[in-house]
Amino acid sequence: MSTEGTLITAADLAGGGVAGNDPDVHGRFGVFGGRFVPEALIPALDEVAKAYQDAKADVAFLREFDHLLRTYAGRPTAVTEVRRFGEVAGGARVLLKREDLTHTGAHKINNVLGQALLTRRLGKTRVIAETGAGQHGVATATACALLGLECVIYMGEVDCERQALNVARMKLLGARVVPVANGSRTLKDAINEAFRDWVTNVDTTHYLFGTVAGPHPFPEIVRDFARIIGVEARRQVLELTGRLPDAVAAAVGGGSNAIGIFHAFIGDPGVALHGYEAGGHGLASGEHALTLTEGSIGVLHGARTYVLQDDEGQTIESHSISAGLDYPGVGPEHAWLKDTGRATYHGVTDDEAMEAFSLLARTEGIIPAIESAHALAGTIKLGRELGPEATILVNLSGRGDKDMGTAMKYFNL
Amino acid sequence: MTTLQTVFEKARADKRAALIGYLPAGFPTKDGAVAAATAMVEAGCDVIEIGLPYSDPLMDGPTIQAAVHQALTGGTRIADVMRTVEGVAKTGAAVLVMTYWNPIDRYGAERFARDLAGAGGAGTITPDLTPEEAAPWRRFSAEAGIDTVFLVAPSSTGERIQAVAECCTGFVYAASLMGVTGARESVGVAAEGLVKRTRAHTDLPVCVGLGVGTGAQAAEVAGYADGVIVGSAFIRRLLDAPDEATGLASVRELAAELAAGVRA
Repeated sequence: MSTEGTLITAADLAGGGVAGNDPDVHGRFGVFGGRFVPEALIPALDEVAKAYQDAKADVAFLREFDHLLRTYAGRPTAVTEVRRFGEVAGGARVLLKREDLTHTGAHKINNVLGQALLTRRLGKTRVIAETGAGQHGVATATACALLGLECVIYMGEVDCERQALNVARMKLLGARVVPVANGSRTLKDAINEAFRDWVTNVDTTHYLFGTVAGPHPFPEIVRDFARIIGVEARRQVLELTGRLPDAVAAAVGGGSNAIGIFHAFIGDPGVALHGYEAGGHGLASGEHALTLTEGSIGVLHGARTYVLQDDEGQTIESHSISAGLDYPGVGPEHAWLKDTGRATYHGVTDDEAMEAFSLLARTEGIIPAIESAHALAGTIKLGRELGPEATILVNLSGRGDKDMGTAMKYFNL
Repeated sequence: MTTLQTVFEKARADKRAALIGYLPAGFPTKDGAVAAATAMVEAGCDVIEIGLPYSDPLMDGPTIQAAVHQALTGGTRIADVMRTVEGVAKTGAAVLVMTYWNPIDRYGAERFARDLAGAGGAGTITPDLTPEEAAPWRRFSAEAGIDTVFLVAPSSTGERIQAVAECCTGFVYAASLMGVTGARESVGVAAEGLVKRTRAHTDLPVCVGLGVGTGAQAAEVAGYADGVIVGSAFIRRLLDAPDEATGLASVRELAAELAAGVRA
């Protein structure tokens, strides 16, 4: 990749040339991934997969995506060294990849711009998406407004109530927000409802999936559009420190921001990859979203992966103070990275995340998203283990403005 | 155990289509499901699909979602599904289990096939198991002597229909329209064409489901398909009934109407 010309090359979107890093022809990462969907959706998934492979090889598509990332999303994003925060993290050198500085305030914009362009390429005029915290919904509504696409967002009734501000943002951006009143009335049920819409309206509609989960080719496409995070960060850290980081840390819900920053480092054996899941009220409470660390292998939302489920395969509802991590499944590539040992996953409780949230605000003047605060809490522990010689790159996946309501309650502000 | 083969041979001899009714285990109650399915068989259903209630039924419409939710809230487990199959099999109907893949996967596919055969089940319908992922399930089902039914849809290409039909034993399930389960004003116009396209790839019976809910619709579908599948319309009768006895009578009445339809 050159620093002039385009940010994105076909190689940046592909598996980075690292063997075994792309899914097989059935969309499997080892035993994970694949497609477990009604047959009615197979042609649509094939169509999306083909359109994406064509787009990836089309310089005009890459140029347009690149142009939007630069002039609309605000890429490349900065890497910020946080010394005062690092002192708390065992004196380690902590570098933040500032996805919070993108337009709409979170890394989600990278994927939605790529997929919105793909929608136009598919000749479709209507976009549907699911959202939990509302960040993916807001990003999708934004991209649809920009490209003149009709936009319908499915959001659990419970999430609509706790993220009322984002509902208003989506409406202002011209999207229709449909509250989902069945099941647990949260993200997983919004995904079910989006699939029901898709199978009914597939001729006109693209399902703009928001994370690296779901049936093939979504885990691959979303990863590739998020991959720019790590591609940029790797170069920036090399320029700043003269070497690669010792560890990369990111929060994991569905796993898109984590895969986005991990992926460019998978071929660097000296770089440890650490994912932090939402521990909620702690493992013992049963109220958590510890899919990789405590879940079991199953099938959810079209892919084989780790799932929170009971002994008969019924999905167990997750819990997290962060709506963006409150999901009982996870992307299949993370399941594969866990089982191959290339990445390590840990839990961070609500309380630990909120402590890191306030710490970054007070020591660095940066208010992170509560999702990203899970990665920061993990970094504090990791830095104390690795010591002052270590460099840790953290994906600051989003900003915390959306979380002020939660913070006011939590800290009695 | 009555097999699907027996059912379709008999229907063919009678020069009519087979009638297939769906109901989730545990709905309206564990015993109520057996009673309702029994009424459906007595009034003319040849095959009963027992739904395995699952927390994330992403291809089901509001009616089946409501029934499944009620079944899960009532504590329905896989052992109850097996007991329901056993109870309904006594009526002489062929009994299938219709289920999303994850509950079988978690239970253990080999164990599930064996237990279902032991309960007198004739096979399964697995709507989210694609041919690419189906090999182990086909093997365990064959070993247990039960049928495997998979779905084709109006969007399916010839190549996909071929791949799905190769995985099927018993019959091929043709989804009449692009959408979720639920009764509709009219059966999808794509259904007849899909049945024709499917017949080009298989000698198995082809049955049509999704959107069928009246005797007239059953008669229409019976004109071109080997079987007519009805689910949500039965459930709607039970959901709307003020008490269990009324619900049973209503289900019986609908089954009789549909049975007349497939004989029209």
